[in-house]
Order: sequence, then structure tokens, then C-alpha cells
Amino acid sequence: MIHVEGLTRKYGSFTAVDDISFECRQGTVTGFLGPNGAGKTTTMRVMVGLTPATHGQVTIGGHHYREIPNPGRHVGVLLDASAQHAGRTGREVLLLSSRTMGLPDSRVEEMLERVSLEPAEAKRTVRNYSLGMRQRLGIANALLGDPQVLILDEPANGLDPAGIRWMRDLLKGYAAQGGTVLLSSHLLHEVEQVADEMVVIGRGRIVARGTRAQLLRSASGGLATTLVTAVDNEQLHRALTVKGIEATAAGASLRVSAEPIDVGRVAAEGSIVLTDLRAGNEDGLEELFLQLTADSQREGAPQQPAQPMPEGVNP
Amino acid sequence: MSTETLDLSSTPAIPFTRLVQVELRKMYDTRAGRWLLISIAGLTGLVLVIQLIVLLVKDQSATLGSFGAGANIPMVILLPVLGVMSVTGEWSQRTAMVTFALVPSRGRVIAAKYVSALAIALIAVVVAYVLMIVANLLYGAFSSHPMVWDFGGAFGIFLVFLLYVISLSIGFAFGAAILNTAGAIVVYFVYDFVLPGLMELGAHLLSWFHSIRPWIDFSNAQTPLQGGSSVTGQQWAHLLVSGSIWLGIPLAIGIRRMLRAEVK
Repeated sequence: MIHVEGLTRKYGSFTAVDDISFECRQGTVTGFLGPNGAGKTTTMRVMVGLTPATHGQVTIGGHHYREIPNPGRHVGVLLDASAQHAGRTGREVLLLSSRTMGLPDSRVEEMLERVSLEPAEAKRTVRNYSLGMRQRLGIANALLGDPQVLILDEPANGLDPAGIRWMRDLLKGYAAQGGTVLLSSHLLHEVEQVADEMVVIGRGRIVARGTRAQLLRSASGGLATTLVTAVDNEQLHRALTVKGIEATAAGASLRVSAEPIDVGRVAAEGSIVLTDLRAGNEDGLEELFLQLTADSQREGAPQQPAQPMPEGVNP
Repeated sequence: MSTETLDLSSTPAIPFTRLVQVELRKMYDTRAGRWLLISIAGLTGLVLVIQLIVLLVKDQSATLGSFGAGANIPMVILLPVLGVMSVTGEWSQRTAMVTFALVPSRGRVIAAKYVSALAIALIAVVVAYVLMIVANLLYGAFSSHPMVWDFGGAFGIFLVFLLYVISLSIGFAFGAAILNTAGAIVVYFVYDFVLPGLMELGAHLLSWFHSIRPWIDFSNAQTPLQGGSSVTGQQWAHLLVSGSIWLGIPLAIGIRRMLRAEVK
């Protein structure tokens, strides 16, 4: 639905976005990940025609954004939740957008309810909103025109854990009904549970793309990894070794270089009781993300707290 | 069904009138905007009250036109501020991101803003006349002098409208060129209070300047609009030429900037 083709955006000699291409399919949520300043926002701004591309193009449903009549009815946009007039009430912000799009005023109340902004809160000026409330208002604004595509820049920023879960459910439901979602974040955990596919960007370039499972696999150097816990780990370890599958102890679990299905088969054959069996190295994704974007972190001023590199992972 | 394209066939474009309505609403839906409108009307009323008291105390004769001159003073100073804010509000509060995402054609947004500013100028004319008429009625009630209703006809009202439109447009132009409320207001006040003095000084010191001054002094050229009922061809020409310099150029720079500026 969203096609980014060879997109480059330069500011003087600085290249904010460097020849990136990806697409977001209908009915899916695409996570756009990268540290601050990696080019996520610039890419999204180009998508909605606020910033011209230096090279390349973005089409949404086969159209350039600027050519879509009344674009709010097709593409919901949230670029910056703080970009609202501090002196307007939340309801007024939505009313202006709603009237611009030519929607009935009742749509505003529906959206306020949808994002759980209380009537009393909607009457307050945005000046008195917490960042989380501004995000909810921004999401309401994006959903107003009942669009088929959502483009959200850091929508989870400032939301509390309950808010993040709420947004996750909302976006999943939206995609399940055939909507297309692109959401950006600099925090992996905000995105990994909701995104069907992830695009990781660093220093204006795409450094990794794929589903969570694909990224996890690349986190383990292209090999399948399984984390398994049995009532008797020793017994399982022996059974795996017999089959020629490598396993190492990892805390209370075993890290196995095989697909979960193979580990499960081995356990079933040996009648070994498992208490936990899951794909990949859960921490691996976080490590991968840091590692992939490590080159793009500003030297001397890391964006993320420095984390020790795990053994066996060579940057 | 599951097509990867957007069907736009049943989506009409946003009509211009709707954009104007929304832009007009933006002028009064914030506390700052509302208070500016209220204070423009309030200050105009206050100036007329003071004028009325002075006239009555000194027992001087006055006409509707005298009150018109009084009402124009606060209007001409404050309408440009409104013009500035109608543009810069979007930038300083960063709502331009939302506005231009909903209406990617910036030219239409700018045009809608300008038309809504013209609507405000029209309302300002109505408010000014209502206040002037009230002032003149009170004057008639309390003064020994007779009331004089020198309306100047439709043309006189049109001149006042034109004066207010020019005032709002100057603010609009500076707002668009500078895209910052405080900066634009400061530049406007320098322009409005310092420039006429410089013109005066230049005309005194340089004889060649004195002869071209009517063509470049925009502030002087607006004088016939104030309470006049007739404007000569040469006065129109002065207004047009000086106006293209002092209003046309900033407006062109401003519109160009708004069309191109990166919305942050």
C-alpha cells in the first residue's frame, strides 16, 4: 500500500535519508525502527508531502500524497503529537480537522471516546495535556477521517504501559480490518509485539528488514535458535546431543541451535516434559537492534545506554 | 477487495469555502485570538469614549467623521497584529504540520487565510461604524452642537474597508515573511513607527527625495483613505506605487516563504 522507492533526502551536504526502499502491505503493521536522527521522521514527512524528496518517491495506494483529494479521508497522519496549538482545547483541535475534511461534528465525539479522552479532558486546552494525552489526541486526529492507511511517528512516546497496550490493540484491530499501518519508534519493545514486519533504519539507510522471526534468525547469525526449559534439562541435553544438535545452558534453560519444532520432536521422542519452548533468543532482537544501529549512534553521545556486547556477537 | 491501491473516485476535493470557514474559526478559537479580537473592539470603543469626553468637556463641534478618525487609530495599529497572528500561529505552534497534511496544496491554505483576514476586515468596518454611530448619538445627546452624519456614502465606507484591508495585509505579509509572531510584530512596529519618521527626515534633507516621496511613502499615501470621500487619480497612483513597494514586496516574499518553508 505504501511504496518507498529509492528515497533520498539531502540537506546541503547532509544526507538524512539515503536511497531507501521498502513497502507496507495492506492489512499489516510495519514497524519503522531506528535511533533518534536515523531518518524515520524525514521519511514520513516525505510520505505526506511536507518535505520534498531529493531523489526517489513515495506512493500511497498508487498515488502521490499531494494528489490525493481530501487526503485525511484516506491517510491518517500523526507526525508530532506536540505540534498542536497550546491554546486550543482537545475537542477544538479535532473539530478543525473534522470540518476541514467535511465530516459531521459528531465524529469528534466518537473519536474522543475511541481514544478514551474524557469529556472534561477534551474541554481543557492542549497546554494542560500530558504527552500521553497529546498522543491520544494525535491518534484521534489521525483516525478521524476513517482512513485506509495510518502513518504514525513515535505514537507510543509518552504513553504509559497501559497506553502502549491500548495502542497495540487498536493498531492490530485496525490492520485486521484491512488497514495499513506504518509506525515508527526508537524503542524496539514498543514495536516488536505489534509489527508484522520491521524496517530498521540507521544513518538514513535500511540496515535490516523482515518479520520478527526473520530478524531473530539473523540475530543468531542466520541459524535457528530455540530457548527451551525441561523439567530435567540434563536429560534433554543428552537427547539433543545424541541427535547431533548443539545445546548450551542458558540460565535455567537451554539454548539450542535448532528450530523449536525439532527440539519439540526430540523431547516428545524421549518423553521429556517441557515447561517452556520458544523461538530464538529473546534478547537477541534487542542486541541486534543495538548492533545494527551501533554505527549510526552519535559517537560520544550514545542515544541508548551503553550495553555490553554479548559474547560471540561480532559487530 | 484486497487491492493495494486507494480508490479516490468517490472523494471530492475540499471546497475552498470550507477552508475559509476553518481558517476563520482558527482566528477566534484560541484564547489569544479571541482576546485580540475583543481588545481591538474594546480599545476602539475606549478611544471613542475618551474622544467623546474630550469633545464634550471642551465643547467642540464634531461629526461622525471625527469619530471615524478616532476609531481608525486603534484599528490601524492592531489589525496588523491580527494579520501577523493569523499566519504565524500555525508556525510557532507548529500546527502547520497538521494543516498541510490535511491540505497539501499550501497555496489554497494561504489563499483561505487571506480571504478569512479580509472577512475580519469587513467585520472590523461594521464594528467601527456601530461604535462611531453610538459615539455620535451620545455626542448629540450631551453636546450643544448639532449631530452631523457625514457618512461619505458607500464609497467612504469602502475607503475605510480598504484602509483596514491594507493594515491586515501588512501584518499578513510580515507574518508570512518572518514566520515568527514576536519577530513579525517587532518588524511591523519598526516599519510603522520608524519608517514615516525617516521619510520625513529624508524629505527635509534631500530635495530629490522630497520630490519622489509621495511615490514611496506608503503611510502618507494612505491618508486620503482616512475619512476621505474622494480620492484623486494621482492619489490612487501614489497608493498603488508605494503599496507595491511596501506591501507587495513583503507579501510576495512571505507567500514564497510559506509555500517553500519546511514545516517543522
